[in-house]
Amino acid sequence: MNLLSIFVLLPVLMLAGLFLSRTRAQVRAVAATGASLLLAAAVILCVLFMGERQAGNTAPMLFTDHAVWFPTWNIGYSIGVDGISVLMILLSAIIVFTGIFTSWNIEPLPKEYFMWFCLLSTGVFGFFISLDLFTMFMFYEVALIPMYLLIGVWGSGEKEHAAMKLTLMLMGGSALLMLGILGVYFASGAQSMHIMDMAQADIPVALQRYFFPLVFVGFGILGALFPFHTWSPDGHASAPTAVSMLHAGVLMKLGGYGCFRVAMFLMPEAAQELGWIFLLLTGISVVYGAFSACVQTDLKYINAYSSVSHCGLVLFALLMMNTTAMTGAVMQMLSHGLMTALFFALIGMIYGRTHTRDIRQMGGLMKIMPFLGVAYVIAGLASLGLPGLSGFVAEMNVFVGAFQHSDTFHRVLTLVALTSIVITAVYILRVVGKILYGPVQNPEHLKLSDAVWFERFPVIVLIVVIASIGICPGWISDLIGQALFPIVERLSIAAL
Amino acid sequence: MDFSNFLILRDELSLVFLILCLLMFDLFASASGRRLFQPVACVLLLLQILFTAFFSGDSAEAFGGMYTTSPLATMVKIFMSIGTLLVFLFSKTWIENDHEIAKGEYYYLTLSTLLGMYFMISSGHFLLFFIGIELAAIPLACLVAFDKHKPASAEAGAKFILNAAFASGISLFGISLLYGGCGTLYFTDMAAVLNPANLLQTAGMIFFATGLFFKMSLVPYHSWTADVYQGAPANVGAYLSVVSKMAAAVSLFLIFVKVFGAMAQNWKPIFYALIVLSITIANLFAIKQKDIKRFLAYSSISQAGYVVLGVITATAQGLTGLIYYLFVYMLANLAAFGIAAIVERQSGDARISGYNGLYKTNPKLSVLMMFALFSLAGIPPFAGFFSKFFIFAAAIQEGWYILVLIALLNTVISLYYYLLIVRAMFITPNDNPLPAFKSDTASRIAMTVCFIGIVLAGLASCIYNRIGMISDSSFNAPVAAIHVEEIQVNTALPADTVSDAFSGASQLHEVQN
Repeated sequence: MNLLSIFVLLPVLMLAGLFLSRTRAQVRAVAATGASLLLAAAVILCVLFMGERQAGNTAPMLFTDHAVWFPTWNIGYSIGVDGISVLMILLSAIIVFTGIFTSWNIEPLPKEYFMWFCLLSTGVFGFFISLDLFTMFMFYEVALIPMYLLIGVWGSGEKEHAAMKLTLMLMGGSALLMLGILGVYFASGAQSMHIMDMAQADIPVALQRYFFPLVFVGFGILGALFPFHTWSPDGHASAPTAVSMLHAGVLMKLGGYGCFRVAMFLMPEAAQELGWIFLLLTGISVVYGAFSACVQTDLKYINAYSSVSHCGLVLFALLMMNTTAMTGAVMQMLSHGLMTALFFALIGMIYGRTHTRDIRQMGGLMKIMPFLGVAYVIAGLASLGLPGLSGFVAEMNVFVGAFQHSDTFHRVLTLVALTSIVITAVYILRVVGKILYGPVQNPEHLKLSDAVWFERFPVIVLIVVIASIGICPGWISDLIGQALFPIVERLSIAAL
Repeated sequence: MDFSNFLILRDELSLVFLILCLLMFDLFASASGRRLFQPVACVLLLLQILFTAFFSGDSAEAFGGMYTTSPLATMVKIFMSIGTLLVFLFSKTWIENDHEIAKGEYYYLTLSTLLGMYFMISSGHFLLFFIGIELAAIPLACLVAFDKHKPASAEAGAKFILNAAFASGISLFGISLLYGGCGTLYFTDMAAVLNPANLLQTAGMIFFATGLFFKMSLVPYHSWTADVYQGAPANVGAYLSVVSKMAAAVSLFLIFVKVFGAMAQNWKPIFYALIVLSITIANLFAIKQKDIKRFLAYSSISQAGYVVLGVITATAQGLTGLIYYLFVYMLANLAAFGIAAIVERQSGDARISGYNGLYKTNPKLSVLMMFALFSLAGIPPFAGFFSKFFIFAAAIQEGWYILVLIALLNTVISLYYYLLIVRAMFITPNDNPLPAFKSDTASRIAMTVCFIGIVLAGLASCIYNRIGMISDSSFNAPVAAIHVEEIQVNTALPADTVSDAFSGASQLHEVQN
């Protein structure tokens, strides 16, 4: 069996295991074992992949497999990975792993919670290994729908409204996506829905102009593209901790990944021609998200708007369409995925103790819970791009790449986007200063305890990964660079 | 003539035999024997399905082209029988606990309508088709009014029969115009003489279509639907929304593509409008419904709109998509209706608010309901996703971009109202939800079948591929006009009334045979 199929099979087996388990201990055992196996498989995949590359295998996709599924439409179960998908799988595995520990004490209905969680991860992994547009789209939707119940049942605050809004907006995006995918398929006249076959076929530019926006916006909605980002703050704020982690950490990456893997790779001419419109929108996302984060008082809202800003930067860098910026984009996906997950995990833990997420009602927490406080500071520093942590490497690449464009339009936009770095520092330091230092606002807080083992564990894992990416980013940018080569090549041919 | 011709009708004959068996059983069985009516009916119907499946033959026609059969027709008939069987399984508690109503009649009246639908699918002549439609409609009115002691049921029956009679009257008027304009009522012959510029033929076609639009309850022919579904026993509503629609939709495709193919430029705009109206208006109405049966009625109107997408493509892929869509829709809708029936019987109340907190007390039922609704909304990995994707793919292949975009945006609206039910079952807190209960064995079998179907009918590609193979071969089969040379003679016959034309035509074929 193909190594990659494990990533779909394991969550399905976990689902079956969870379905059969009776007690909370069994549920936890199944979830933890499954997630550990997934993480192990992801690491093994990563090592094997790099081994193949070092051995000189330069095929664009490795570990490929193909099985015909619906011959009428030339749909197949086609899988394969390049460097970027490998990294995304690794990211997802880490976040699923840490997410399961973060929801160790979830109430009510832990069994159902983990089952939906597993279904969601099936969709995520399936999406990243798929090369067939149909399968990819199917897994994409599989990843979206569990969000409704995860937020609706286990969420807090205005959860019903937020869950409905999120589901409908994302499904609206996937409606556009379905039209775009079918349109591209028939316009290309390709013999299969396999993405590599479709890339061989020439899609008329006149048709690309219709389908590129559909696909880009379809995926972009999940990537928090302005003005379709409004689901994100409400959704993240209402979701339970681990779901926020998985959603901001992985699911929003599906959007960015789809944007370049499908929209830009298959329709490079339209991407060059219409890219500027989306570049403007993403520029707005970057700055608007950062400014909005400055005025929020709810920790989760602050982080959600910060996600809008950071994910906007991913799309912004992708649309710069050169190797450096796009490498930065993928690194930003990784870095944002990890640090947002860390943020949401910490916010969940703090909220679990103080029972408030309002920064005005918190203060001096550093003395009370030093472990969580330090971790929060580290996450904040990664977010504002401190050298030595993952955020710096990503943003550096993005802005260096963006500045390689010499025309005024790109230059001005880059400068505008650059301001987000300063604004990020403002809102991060404001929160850190307010809740961690300063006077204790509520004497009740003095009795609170610090993190326990199943809370410390995911936090430490995430911090280690964030720091190691920041310290030695070389192997990652190599993986990304190789994978980006065919995409950038197509884009630059289209530019001529 | 040769009696072996009759064997071509084996699907119908087996059904007639089944109906006669049940009649005899009802007549002669003792009171205690009659308690076994439901299992006997189900087993016999299962045997009939197996018989049809294993003794299906190639394409053939009987009675000079009046009756045609093909692997496609047989497949659709099998699907309809499966749907009927599931409805029977769901009906056990309802039919047996209600002593006022006759038990046997329910089964053979339903099977009679099924026989009518068999003839609709297999007809090669407009009059046989009309007989099929009538046979499918009149017993249905009795079924709708089956809960005699409930005024709502009687009211629904009256509404149904009046509307149905009106629609089939218009349809018959259309057939008479077609006869006037074409000089024949044979499908194959008419296809050869149709001319899109001919106003009489066009008018005939449009009037004729009304009967089918009514049966499929497309907007604006839908006004009866919600009232009838609400008043009728839930199981009859399920039958109406699934089996009856399947027969109408498949014959809509066969007649409009195979017979009126030359008139495509005349009917496609009409279908376009009907699709947009059905999907959009029904969706908007569904959002506000408080009663689960009315809700499902509007949802089924909107689903019928998606089905017509398959007709408007007029390709083999469209036909495959349409049949597959109907099959998948059948499983999901039967599950939803079945659960609605069970819950209504338990709580005596059909309001959606009655579903609040259902998951806590009846988790299995709620999960099946959720899967069924997700399948209706087109969420993967459930079968509904695949059926929607394929029917949209078929439409896009023919270039219906805007239409598909409208349909796709409507799937988002439909997701909203399907999620409202999911929200009621899983999220909305309720201090005293419907207490836990156990359904009867027959219903549980039916629910298991639906569950397996909803989960696997999409992922297991063999079902779609098999349907595709059969409908491809049937779609591409050459059709030759068999009676063209007789048309002149035929028109020369005295055709004062439709029945005269009918007897005239059949005399001719006896001469020919």
